[in-house]
Amino acid sequence: MSAILQTQKLRVEYRTRELRQPVKIALTGLDLEVRAGEVFGFLGPNGAGKTTTMNVLLGFVPPTSGAASLFGIDVRQPIARQRIGYLPEMTYYYKFLSAEELLRFYAKIFGLARAEADRRIDQLLKLVELESARKRPIKSYSKGMQQRVGLAQALLNNPDLLILDEPTSGLDPLGRMKVREIIQRLKNEGKTVFFSSHELGEVETICDRVAIVHQGDLKAVGTVAEISAGHPNLEQAFLKIVGFQSAHAS
Amino acid sequence: MNKIFALTGVVIKELYRRKDFYVLFVLTAVLTLAAGAVNFFHDEKIVRYVKDICLLLIWISSLVIAIVTTARQIPAEREARTIFPLLAKPVSRGQVIAGKFLGCWLATGMALVVFYFFFAVITGSKEQSWPVLTYFQAAWMQWLLLGIVIALVLLGSIYFAAPSSTSTISFVVVISILLVGSHLHVIALQQPEPMQTVLTFVYYIMPHLEWFYLSDFVVYDFGHVPLLKIIAATLYAAVWTGILLLLAWLGFRRKNLTT
Repeated sequence: MSAILQTQKLRVEYRTRELRQPVKIALTGLDLEVRAGEVFGFLGPNGAGKTTTMNVLLGFVPPTSGAASLFGIDVRQPIARQRIGYLPEMTYYYKFLSAEELLRFYAKIFGLARAEADRRIDQLLKLVELESARKRPIKSYSKGMQQRVGLAQALLNNPDLLILDEPTSGLDPLGRMKVREIIQRLKNEGKTVFFSSHELGEVETICDRVAIVHQGDLKAVGTVAEISAGHPNLEQAFLKIVGFQSAHAS
Repeated sequence: MNKIFALTGVVIKELYRRKDFYVLFVLTAVLTLAAGAVNFFHDEKIVRYVKDICLLLIWISSLVIAIVTTARQIPAEREARTIFPLLAKPVSRGQVIAGKFLGCWLATGMALVVFYFFFAVITGSKEQSWPVLTYFQAAWMQWLLLGIVIALVLLGSIYFAAPSSTSTISFVVVISILLVGSHLHVIALQQPEPMQTVLTFVYYIMPHLEWFYLSDFVVYDFGHVPLLKIIAATLYAAVWTGILLLLAWLGFRRKNLTT
C-alpha cells in the first residue's frame, strides 16, 4: 500500500520571545508513514507532540527541519489539503453563520460546483442530524450540535484522508458512537483515517495500526496486537512505553 | 479567484450581522441628515459649512469602519481559532489576506455609497444642484484612500495580536499623515540635521493620504478634477495598496499561528 501521509525526520522547535528562555523542542525527528485505506491511531500523553505533528501536516506550523507530505505533496502547498478533511478537537466555526452557510462557504473553498455542493450539504446535514437547524446561526447551537457541524465540514469534500484531533472528546455516548460509526464507514469505503485520541479502548476497537509518541519522539508503531504483545491490553502497553510507573508497580 | 470571493463574502456577512457596524452607520446617517436639515439664520452660504461638516463626518465614520473592521479580521480569526479549519482547506495564506482585504474594502465602499447618497440628497435639496461627477470623484478618491488604509491595518494586524492595539496605532498613523503629511517637507526645512534629512526622507517614502481629500472641490464647487489626475491617483493608491498587502502576506506566510 502507498503512503498517504508521511513525515521524514520532522523536527519542530518553538522559540519564545522572552530572553534566556530555552528553545522548546516539540518534535525531535519524527518518521511516520500512514498507508492508504488504514485507520491510524496517533497516541501519546499530553505534550508528547501529537498536536504539533497535526499542525505541521495541516500547514499551521512550519517545520524547523525535515519534511511532511500528504499524497506525496509537500504540506506547505495548499493543494496538499484538497483531498483531506479535518476535524479539530474543539469547535472553531464562524458563529454568525448558519450550518448551511458555513458548509456553502467551505464548498466554495474546495471549488465544488453549486449543484454538487447542494447535494453534499443536504446529505451531510441529514447524516449529522442538523437538517432542522440548518438555517439557524451556529452561535445558537449546543456544544454537541457544533461538534456535528464540525463533522459535516470535515466530510464535505468527500476526503480520501480524514485527520481527526481527539474526535470524541467532549461528546456524549451517542455522539461518540456516531463518530465511531462514521470512521468505520469511511474505512469500509477505503478512506484513510488519521486520528489522535486518549481513548485507548476506542483506538483498540477501530484502529488498524497505532503510533505512540512521547517527548517529541516516536516510541512505537505497529498493529494494536503488535504493540499490546506481552501486555494485558493496549492501555498497559501504552503506559509501559511512555515510562509510567504505577504506585502498585513501584 | 473563487476562494478569494468566498472569503470576501464571509467578511461582508460578518459586517452586516454585527451591531457595532450598524450603530456607526446609522449614527453617521442621522448626523448627516440632521446637519443637512439645519438652516442657520436663513443664510444661503451656510450650506457650505454644512457640507464641510458632513464630509468630515463621512471621512471620520468611513475611517472608523475601515480601521476597526480590518483590525479585528486576522486577530479575531486567531483568537476564535476559526483560522484552523479554514487553513486546513486548500486555501493559501495569500488568498486569506486578499479575501480579507477585498471584503473590508468592498464593505467600506458600500457604506461610502450610502453616505454620499445621503449627502447628495441633502445638499442637492438645499442648493437645487447635483454635481454628480464631483461627488463621484470625491467618493472614488476616498475609497482609494480607504484601500491603502485597509492594507496598512491588515499589515499591522499580522504583527499586533490585539485588535485594540492595531486600531489605535493605525488611527495615530493615518490621522498624522492626514494632518501633517503635506507639510512635513516644510517642517523638515526648519529642523537641524540630521532631523531635516530624516523628515524629508519620511515625506518622500510615506503614502500621501491627504492627496485623496477632495473636500474643497465638493464644498466650494471647484468643478471636477481632470481625469488624468484621477488616473494618476488611482495608480498611486494601487501601488501603495499592493506594497502593503505584499508585506502583510510576507509576514503572514511563515507565521506560526499556534503561539
